Amino acid sequence: MLEIKNLHVSIEEKEILKGVNLKIQAGEVHAIMGPNGSGKSTLSKVLAGHPSYKITSGSVEFEINGKKRNLLEFTPDERAKEGVFLAYQYPIEIPGVNNFSFLHLALNAVLEHQGSAILSEDDFKKLVEKKLPLVGLTTEFLDRPVNVGFSGGEKKRNEILQMILLSPRLAILDETDSGLDIDALRTIAAGVNQFRKPHNAQLLITHYQRLLELIKPDFVHILADGKIIETGGPELALRLEKTGYVGLIP
Amino acid sequence: MDNTQYKYGFTTDIEQDIVAKGLSEETIRFISQKKNEPEWMLDYRLKAYKYWLGMKFPEWAQLKIQPIDFQNISYFAAPKKKVALKDISELDPELLKTFEKLGIPLSEQKRISGVAMDVVFDSVSIATTHKEDLAKVGVIFCSISEAIQTHPDLIKKYLGSVVPVTDNYFAALNAAVFSDGSFCYIPKGVRCPVDLSTYFRINAQDTGQFERTLLIAEPGSFVNYLEGCTAPQRDENQLHAAVVELVALESAEIRYSTVQNWYTGDAEGRGGIYNFVTKRGKCAGKNSKISWTQVESGSAITWKYPSVILQGDGSEGAFYSVALTHDHMQADTGTKMIHIGRDTKSTIISKGISSGKSSNAYRGLVQIMAKAANARNYSQCDSMLVGHESQAHTFPTLETRNSTAVIEHEASTSRISEDQLFYLQSRGFTKEKAISLLVNGFCKDVFKHLPMEFAVEAVKLIEMKLENSVG
Repeated sequence: MLEIKNLHVSIEEKEILKGVNLKIQAGEVHAIMGPNGSGKSTLSKVLAGHPSYKITSGSVEFEINGKKRNLLEFTPDERAKEGVFLAYQYPIEIPGVNNFSFLHLALNAVLEHQGSAILSEDDFKKLVEKKLPLVGLTTEFLDRPVNVGFSGGEKKRNEILQMILLSPRLAILDETDSGLDIDALRTIAAGVNQFRKPHNAQLLITHYQRLLELIKPDFVHILADGKIIETGGPELALRLEKTGYVGLIP
Repeated sequence: MDNTQYKYGFTTDIEQDIVAKGLSEETIRFISQKKNEPEWMLDYRLKAYKYWLGMKFPEWAQLKIQPIDFQNISYFAAPKKKVALKDISELDPELLKTFEKLGIPLSEQKRISGVAMDVVFDSVSIATTHKEDLAKVGVIFCSISEAIQTHPDLIKKYLGSVVPVTDNYFAALNAAVFSDGSFCYIPKGVRCPVDLSTYFRINAQDTGQFERTLLIAEPGSFVNYLEGCTAPQRDENQLHAAVVELVALESAEIRYSTVQNWYTGDAEGRGGIYNFVTKRGKCAGKNSKISWTQVESGSAITWKYPSVILQGDGSEGAFYSVALTHDHMQADTGTKMIHIGRDTKSTIISKGISSGKSSNAYRGLVQIMAKAANARNYSQCDSMLVGHESQAHTFPTLETRNSTAVIEHEASTSRISEDQLFYLQSRGFTKEKAISLLVNGFCKDVFKHLPMEFAVEAVKLIEMKLENSVG
């Protein structure tokens, strides 16, 4: 459903991605691992359409209604409506905007785009209250401004809640495991695992093997200095754990 | 902001009576004579003028103001044709067209139901709608010039009773040269059946607009008052120095709302209105209430502190404000709450949004006098910065002479960032929707005090102005 070909990306004249190739099929889970500064987060933001990055060459194709489309031509909100979702490494605080309305409006924007019936406040309330336990959040989080005053773990849970509600076809999880204790990590992993379906795919971006013990990837890619230098199965992550990145990077 | 964005920036080509530039006793005599005013009114003006001559231009505000040449302003401009209209249909068609373009239909068939309007074009009131309906319940709503002729006792009693001639530089100037404005009187126990509204339009070049509004609410009465303003785009700065006085007697309530959208000047900071306004209400009677709600989104410079004197025991004052500045605009706005009576209560909610290279300051004074036992004040001042070149300042002052007072103050500064916009967009919100969500979230505590149609207009206005500022 997603095919990245020879993608080169710069920010402020500095090249970060230097020819990334990646193909993801429906039903697959891919993990991208790599040291700090290798370009992992850049890749996730480029896929979501962050305006600060400049694509200098290459292409990103995304399948929409069975047709390959140039994802780079879509605005960030169009990408979201077509089923691309980014769970942020550092979720942004939105003061003054109530989390419940935010989630409700976001889901309705997606539903409306898909031609589905939008949900009334009551119906959405029922839906979201059913989903909250999956990520270990309580209803009081709905009444607070989006991410404001949330702990690091609560912000990450809120991201996964959004993923579950919006049910994207491609979910990119950027360092979702960072800053989480093991209990929170388990809850979130369970949420993601439950979300895994034959028609959707996940791209996990992580530093550490420990997330991959809980969410089993089909493919592991090593990103270093803006390129994928090695691709393998889950065993690659284990090898990495032993040798560290130093052992893998030529 | 791109000049093309200000849709009220057009000028009306109409024959006008404009007095030659310059300010002197002669100018004042001319204005007074032009309006056929009684002797006492002229005396009032001349007294103010003499006082003004001895005053200094105020420099305490967080504003950079180019020196104003008061001799280079014309103090009176009026459309030629107007002399005592019997009916709005007699109005110059150019004027009718102008106001339709501004979304203010004046003709009988099209006028807005539920709102009575007084329309001030440059120096004179050109029309007041719904007059007859209001007269049935005893509400007087007319231009202040007319009220000086028809209700001299009320004018003598209340004009300058809240904002005295000696109050400040611009108030003194206004008292000397004011040309028109609205007058409104709500009799005892009457709940005004429609909202009252004044629309101010500056059209003529090199003129100042000095309007004067006086609103009196007798015991137990209620009125909702709305005010809107626009001006053409011009390269020179134009001065607008208004005075608004409100008087609420026992258990009366006045709600005064403003959406100010004067021309701001262009993206380089050329032109725009200097909006130097004194607005003050007096809760003269027990348990009376006055609230000021303002959306200040225009003018090159805004200098404005709608205030409430809480004289009656148990009276309540409120100030709800959204001030938006962009490009090179400057705003120094806030309020004064003067607690004199016992058990008086005031609420201040101020939201400043600054983008571009603009500067936005909140300046507030809460004063609790010795006899104001159990006075309460709650103040909340929030600033939102858009981009990295804008400024926000907060200058709260508190003076209390009574130890039973309870005062709370909260303040915050935040920033609309590209990251917030991107976050919302990546959840399926268009950029416009994302901005609207952020701004509405920030301003909702103020918008909820505006009448519905004003709130809708205010939201649109602010979204439109910010859309260009947020990259």
